[in-house]
Amino acid sequence: MSTSIRTQTIVIEPVTRVEGHGKVTIQVDEQRRVRQARLHIVEFRGFERFIQGRPFWEVPVLVQRLCGICPVSHHLAAAKAMDLIVGAPHLTPTAEKMRRLMHYGQMLQSHALHFFHLCSPDFLFGFDADPAVRNIIGVAKRFPELAVQGVMLRKYGQEVIKATAGKKIHGTGAIPGGVNKNLSIAERDALLKDLDQIMTWSEGALALARDITLKHLDELAGFGSFESNHLSLVRGDGAMDFYHGNLCAIDAKGRPIFDQVDYQRYLDYIAEEVRPWSYMKFPFIRSLGPETGWYRVGPLARVNLCRFIPTPNAETARKEFFEATGGRPNNMTMAYHWARMIELLHAAEVIRDLLHDPDLQGTDLVVRGERRAEAVGLIEAPRGTLVHHYVVNERDQVVRCNLIVSTTNNNTPMNRAVERVAEQYLNGVEITEGLLNRIEVAIRAYDPCLSCATHALGQMPLIVEIVGPDGAVLARRTRDA
Amino acid sequence: MSSKPRIATCSLAGCFGCHMSILDIDERILQLIELVDFDKSPIDDLKHFTGRCAIGLVEGGCCNEENVHVLQEFRRHCDILVSVGECAICGGIPAMRNNIPLKECMDEAYRNGPTVYNPSGVLPNDTALPLVLDRVYPCHEVVKIDYHIQGCPPPADAIWQTLVALLNNRPVELPYEVLKYD
Repeated sequence: MSTSIRTQTIVIEPVTRVEGHGKVTIQVDEQRRVRQARLHIVEFRGFERFIQGRPFWEVPVLVQRLCGICPVSHHLAAAKAMDLIVGAPHLTPTAEKMRRLMHYGQMLQSHALHFFHLCSPDFLFGFDADPAVRNIIGVAKRFPELAVQGVMLRKYGQEVIKATAGKKIHGTGAIPGGVNKNLSIAERDALLKDLDQIMTWSEGALALARDITLKHLDELAGFGSFESNHLSLVRGDGAMDFYHGNLCAIDAKGRPIFDQVDYQRYLDYIAEEVRPWSYMKFPFIRSLGPETGWYRVGPLARVNLCRFIPTPNAETARKEFFEATGGRPNNMTMAYHWARMIELLHAAEVIRDLLHDPDLQGTDLVVRGERRAEAVGLIEAPRGTLVHHYVVNERDQVVRCNLIVSTTNNNTPMNRAVERVAEQYLNGVEITEGLLNRIEVAIRAYDPCLSCATHALGQMPLIVEIVGPDGAVLARRTRDA
Repeated sequence: MSSKPRIATCSLAGCFGCHMSILDIDERILQLIELVDFDKSPIDDLKHFTGRCAIGLVEGGCCNEENVHVLQEFRRHCDILVSVGECAICGGIPAMRNNIPLKECMDEAYRNGPTVYNPSGVLPNDTALPLVLDRVYPCHEVVKIDYHIQGCPPPADAIWQTLVALLNNRPVELPYEVLKYD
């Protein structure tokens, strides 16, 4: 083409109530049609480099400091890799179940935090409500009962983590080859005491997410939605499993791209493209390439990919979820919330079953075997598939570290969601409050933890800019209180 | 505007774990919002200061120019500024990069990593991205800090007792049991 296509850009920052720093620009052409939306991730840490030279046994407690919202995920993904380094591919039942309890406890706390503290304000007050009340404090004032449930569900998850990892945030429970403690009878009984209440509230949260989604299906179905591939770990028999499994990917129609792949070979399947406008890379499935190989991870992908959920009430909820799409994979951005609450209930059911398992009081905690130099640890973190890959030298020092965090996997999908919302709600170059709100709502559905992704976190500022054909900023709006 | 004291919080180059520890005061959060109003904070939707704040809680150190601007803004708007956690106090884990040239960190992330696909070899350099500082700085090297609460993260009780003391104009005296030095 001899003349370049002239485009213009809109910019939004900061996005609060997601964790991390971000900025949105929307490029429009001369007819004011949306050409591209970009969510820029503006923080950089450098974990992969500065961890080199550190002793491998230190890694599970060090890397979890990537993220204080789901530290357990990083703690366990690193520990799973280090299990292989110390030659312990199979842990003792006590060790594996302690780790599972820790992980499902974290799933409960993280999903409760996201749904009640961060997202419920959008649903309870509406997308266009005054930002001054559209927050958890507003919820606590107007819907105190619901706020208490959110606070207490999260607290319970944190208590489970404390009982298994020694402390609520940045614990030390998992060590290469096993764990450093079991669950005492006193700890178990303290957790059992509140369990019935937690089950009831989890059922209630699921019902709330489902009812809101179904009630507003007309509005939500197309909201920031698009077809995509989906990727997650799935247990060998097709069951949902957050702690361990094999890599599976399907396309938007549910056809397999790859199935039950041993994740030690993840390098053959996944790559990440670097783009100059964001510190967050753009993962894709190698066989499909960067243009079409991007995929979604997290609750929506997991519910889409598993063939069943191995606890009864969550499985009933999964079937109901599929009825809404006639049995096909769900590609609705806003369905993430419903899927997330199905997982919340599943986590509560798994915690209940584990607490009744006497293996947790076992005393055989650590396994050692033949030392290896290289290993990969994968886990399904609250926000999606998390990859940790390490090479360790003969002096026990890490010489190579590669991390693909959950939110990074959702990088292209978040950009697509913003693009769709801009197409739907941008009128001219004026950045209305409604557009600003809806962009935030679409990003928030993915529960991005931009801390992890940049390997940093904090509030996500929302600045929207519209950039014109010559690169000039045509409009700019920062969310003001 | 109500006459309640105002509190602001921010996360700079931190992991948000300190904010999670603030939330770990659990049901006391409902008590807290009766006592104070939250100003600029990632917990609510306020992206700018709306009034003078009695207390600012800062998590994380400064790793880029934006962190410095936010921290200076906090100093201007808050009567008492508190460094919460290891990263704010001494840079924490992010400061591990201080011993390594920044370019090596960038190369590892965007050129040499085993999953990196970067045919042009370009590093992220868009003007939309804030400048990364040469090293990570603790908050008190950038502005005056009035109190430090140590721990990674500080336990919820340490944060709660500090807030209660400051709001009541009492000296902050944390019992040994709630102090953590990890």
